[in-house]
Amino acid sequence: MKFFIDIGRNTLNTVRGVGGASIMLFQALVGKPQPRKMFPLLLRQLYVVGVQSMLIILISGLFIGMVLGLQGYTILVDFGAEQALGPMVALSLLRELGPVVTALLFAGRAGSALTAEIGLMRATEQLSSLEMMAVDPLRRVVAPRFWAGLISMPLLAFMFSAIGIYGGFIVGVQWLGVDDGAFWSVMQASVEWRHDVMNGFIKSVVFAIVVTWIALYKGYTAEPTSPGISAATTQTVVYSSLAVLGLDFVLTALMFG
Amino acid sequence: MEARKIELMVGIFISVAIAALVFLAMQVANQSSSTRGETYTLYAKFDNIGGLKVRSPVKVGGVVVGRVASITLDKEFFEPVVELRISKEYSGFPETSTASILTSGLLGEQYVGLEPGFMDDDIFVLENGDTIYHTNSAMVLENLIGQFLFSQGND
Repeated sequence: MKFFIDIGRNTLNTVRGVGGASIMLFQALVGKPQPRKMFPLLLRQLYVVGVQSMLIILISGLFIGMVLGLQGYTILVDFGAEQALGPMVALSLLRELGPVVTALLFAGRAGSALTAEIGLMRATEQLSSLEMMAVDPLRRVVAPRFWAGLISMPLLAFMFSAIGIYGGFIVGVQWLGVDDGAFWSVMQASVEWRHDVMNGFIKSVVFAIVVTWIALYKGYTAEPTSPGISAATTQTVVYSSLAVLGLDFVLTALMFG
Repeated sequence: MEARKIELMVGIFISVAIAALVFLAMQVANQSSSTRGETYTLYAKFDNIGGLKVRSPVKVGGVVVGRVASITLDKEFFEPVVELRISKEYSGFPETSTASILTSGLLGEQYVGLEPGFMDDDIFVLENGDTIYHTNSAMVLENLIGQFLFSQGND
């Protein structure tokens, strides 16, 4: 008996959570556009969410590319196929590692900050005072952060892939001595703009929506206490990482399966 | 001052992202120019297509002129029919042309090699929707070994 009660309660809570998150997003995004008021807020959030994540994305992208170059070379050289290093590095970055690792780093760097910021706004009743002044906190606080996340993550993923490929080039060509021309020409022969680059872009847009949405919802509904905000921040990182990895499998199966 | 700094940093952020995108577009990806623009379709029937795949290249003398658009099985004769989508830029192949399934390198991908045939007064030019009748199927290693063993046994 208790077992069924638990199942029912969990199901209802899940449905309620998804519904609440959808209503929050809908109310934040749908409405009369106010470009004059929104643009400075969006710019500010682009700075916080995008620019401040840039350094970690660039450095981890460079190192992941270098590791791919090194690992790929030691395996491929056994088959005498070290020219295939270029496509290996480029395809694994563009299709998988670029969008996924960017989303994971973004969840840790920017998502957790969004949750903590909005949760603290709720705890210190800043959101309530906005409502008192007839300012919709969903439009003023949530919407610019959502758009900023949606815009900056695909851009960050492009940077990650580009600098990762450059890292693979440094290790493969300049250190281990793969032929320079073969590295780029074999890469160009097997990477296709629409099939590889654009599908990676679609992936990173999907991940951007999921990660930003989870971070904003968790912050907006965080319990207004210190442990509540801490729990919400942890949940943001855990849930968005799981959602990104799970969705990545589904998207890969749809795109490249 | 604060607002100016933010604008500057966001501007740099967007520029770096665009630079990354241009790098990916120019240096990393190919625009598959041979399949963009106007194309026409030819069909070729093979006995065996081996490892040919959709989007494999179609080459004439090593130059990519098109791609494999689809591979289906003929309902009547149970033969694989390969649909080749070839750039309009390269048209006017005579109907005596031969399509073969070849392999680039020892372990490389398989592609369709198109060999232009001779041209004469009563020979037509292949146009959209036509079928290439002269074809060479893919080499299947097991069949080759089988033939080799069979010929050895005859001695």
